[in-house]
Amino acid sequence: MRISSAWYSFKQGIKNIRRNLIFSLASVGTIVSCLFLFGLFYCILVNFDSAMQEIESSISISVFFEDGISEENITLIGEQIRTRDEVNTLDFVSADEAWEKFANETYDDPEAAMEAFGDDNPLANSASYTITLKDVSKQAEFVNFLQGLAGVRSVKSSEYTADSISALNTIVGYVSIGIIVILLLVSIFLISNTITIGITVRKDEIAIMKLIGATNYFVRAPFIVEGVLIGLVGSVIPVALLYYIYDMVINYVVGRFAILQSLFSFIPANELFSVLAPVSLLIGVGIGFLGSWLTTRKHLKV
Amino acid sequence: MIKLEHVSMKYPAGTVALNDININIEKGEFVFIVGSSGSGKTTLIKLLLKEINPTKGNIQVAGYDFSKLKPRQVPKMRRKIGVVFQNFRLLKDRTVYENVAFAQRVIETPTRYIRRQVPAMLTLVGLADRYKAYPKQLSGGEQQRVALARALVNKPEIILADEPTGNLDPKNSWEIMNMLEEINAKGTTVVVVTHNKEIVNAMKKRVITLKKGVIISDVQKGGYIDED
Repeated sequence: MRISSAWYSFKQGIKNIRRNLIFSLASVGTIVSCLFLFGLFYCILVNFDSAMQEIESSISISVFFEDGISEENITLIGEQIRTRDEVNTLDFVSADEAWEKFANETYDDPEAAMEAFGDDNPLANSASYTITLKDVSKQAEFVNFLQGLAGVRSVKSSEYTADSISALNTIVGYVSIGIIVILLLVSIFLISNTITIGITVRKDEIAIMKLIGATNYFVRAPFIVEGVLIGLVGSVIPVALLYYIYDMVINYVVGRFAILQSLFSFIPANELFSVLAPVSLLIGVGIGFLGSWLTTRKHLKV
Repeated sequence: MIKLEHVSMKYPAGTVALNDININIEKGEFVFIVGSSGSGKTTLIKLLLKEINPTKGNIQVAGYDFSKLKPRQVPKMRRKIGVVFQNFRLLKDRTVYENVAFAQRVIETPTRYIRRQVPAMLTLVGLADRYKAYPKQLSGGEQQRVALARALVNKPEIILADEPTGNLDPKNSWEIMNMLEEINAKGTTVVVVTHNKEIVNAMKKRVITLKKGVIISDVQKGGYIDED
């Protein structure tokens, strides 16, 4: 296509939007609300997911050894565990460290308590490995593996938490995908409607164009421009809006409820929007293009 | 230039619009196609522009054989034909200049050519000073001249005029017909579908008469045949 033709199509596309302003605005509005919701879900989901990961990584499994096990055997068990892909971190906690930790958490005056016991560690035989997993849903299977290892006396894990967290994650994921897909379909439908009205309004002009010898793509181009522009405007607005709102909410929450920060940290707006902005633009322009492309193909056959 | 061989057109509803038509129009000819409504004139025009395809037979226009024409070649073929309609079919929201330029835009003529050719074409049809006017500010005759300029601007090999004088008074009708004759004198093939008995009789051109989908007469320097 020539530059002058492309420019002409572009101007005609803008003209279409102006001539058909109410419907164009309705289409922009639907895409805005669709992508706003999409962005909102994304912000919540990503933060939720990162919070879950923080919680998941803090869910640990402890492995205790049989009495009188040698240090070589403990190292051997450690090596066997390390070979597994699910393992995120593996830390050795010696009996002394365990006792120190226990004393610190239990007694008002841990120094005195530790002195009282002297060298006689009440938690002798309590050396352990503390393991965190990359994916909590694999926990049950992994615990089975640990229990099968020679020299392992017992494995302690929190089954309930692990199961419910991974289930919640899955449900939230499916529900958001479902809502977003429905909204996308509604957007495509509305763009298609807007374009159809545009085509109907310009029916005579299109007929003349074709009789004069306009190629199909030349007839379609202004409508594609119209759809893409609607999609573009419809995606820029919610991204800008969300960026502003997200930043404000985070600042407010962090300032007001400082305690939340100790539980989990929000993902910074810049990091979040470096993904959300291009994805939203792509979706907006994509549905604009798809909606107008399908509609013109249906209505503008030679 | 235009050749129809055993062309029949039967609409899905069962109406036979054309029945075994043979027409051969040479380059540079001026031909009237006449007939009352229902004779198949409109169908013939639609066939020549490949808006519809014949149920039987073959059509050739400006070197394009319709039976071998791919969909993407249809626009190329149509660029060889300039069409003029009874109701002008100008774009109401555009000026005279833009209406003529539109014909060049849609076939992707570079802007610098458009700027040169559109004023030249408006001068030819005597509307150079009205280039800023909108169609509704023009008389019927002026509107048809704009339509003629639009049909001519792409330098077609054939001008196909569908009842070009149908909405015009005798004076304006003659102006348009005289312009068509001038265009024809310069070598463009002109096909005029019309009801206008007076003009057909006065111009002494080739006249093809259709009745109920059949050619009942095809004579050089002919006249309007009154049916009944």
